[in-house]
Amino acid sequence: MVDLIAKTPCADLLPIKVEAVTLSEVTPEAITSIMPYEGKWEVASEALKSAHGITLPGPGRSTGKGDIRAIWTGAGQAMVLGARLDAGLAPHAALSDQSDAWALMRLEGAGGEDVLARLTPIDLNPGVFKRGHVARSLLGHMNAVIARVGAEAFEIMVFRSMAGTAVHELEEAMKSVAARAALR
Amino acid sequence: MRIKCPLCGDRDSREYTYMGHETYLDRPGDEGWSADWDDYLHLRDNPAGVTRDLWYHGAGCTSWLLVERDTVTHDILRVELARDAKRGRG
Repeated sequence: MVDLIAKTPCADLLPIKVEAVTLSEVTPEAITSIMPYEGKWEVASEALKSAHGITLPGPGRSTGKGDIRAIWTGAGQAMVLGARLDAGLAPHAALSDQSDAWALMRLEGAGGEDVLARLTPIDLNPGVFKRGHVARSLLGHMNAVIARVGAEAFEIMVFRSMAGTAVHELEEAMKSVAARAALR
Repeated sequence: MRIKCPLCGDRDSREYTYMGHETYLDRPGDEGWSADWDDYLHLRDNPAGVTRDLWYHGAGCTSWLLVERDTVTHDILRVELARDAKRGRG
């Protein structure tokens, strides 16, 4: 049996740091998409709460923090990050293991907003896009899930195959923002 | 142009794809060819004013939206999930 070496999506790419902004990889133990069946959203949310202590997030929101979190990722869908889901959820929702399918990055530091604003059309103003808020939108030409996880911290999820492009685009934006700041 | 998605909020047009008139919500029930199918597939008005059509929020929540807009003023008058609109019609 060949012993394959597991690599994370951004293994050879991150972390990078430009001035005050850092981009690093986040590797939750598991990522599972959860899509409650017709009319089962509340039941699935209750089951998730009793099994893992978090509820299903509504549109544009996330729940939980720390080891296990859930983020809303589209109509009738959320992703649970951090733990393998309890099999007891299966009667209420379609579950699929997405652990190796996503590249998850953390963008942190003063000016992180300016970096993201170069790539995504959503309003990142802290009064509008607050901690715990999540948006599915574009990062350059890529579909992405963007979440604010702190006053100066964002998490960005893209398809694993896009990891290289996402890191490249973000690094370019980080450098551009730093270069602009240096001119002031 | 911006459309206010019922789930995602106010978003830029680059996140959306246009499909066509709301006629597409009312697929004829019969399997064979009929005048209804001809209407459904080919016959459209081209109004100067209020029209209702389907948009796909592909770079967002992946919902189909029913958008009421004015082709003259470019105002977006109403947006709802196509799923809800369809259910409302029975």
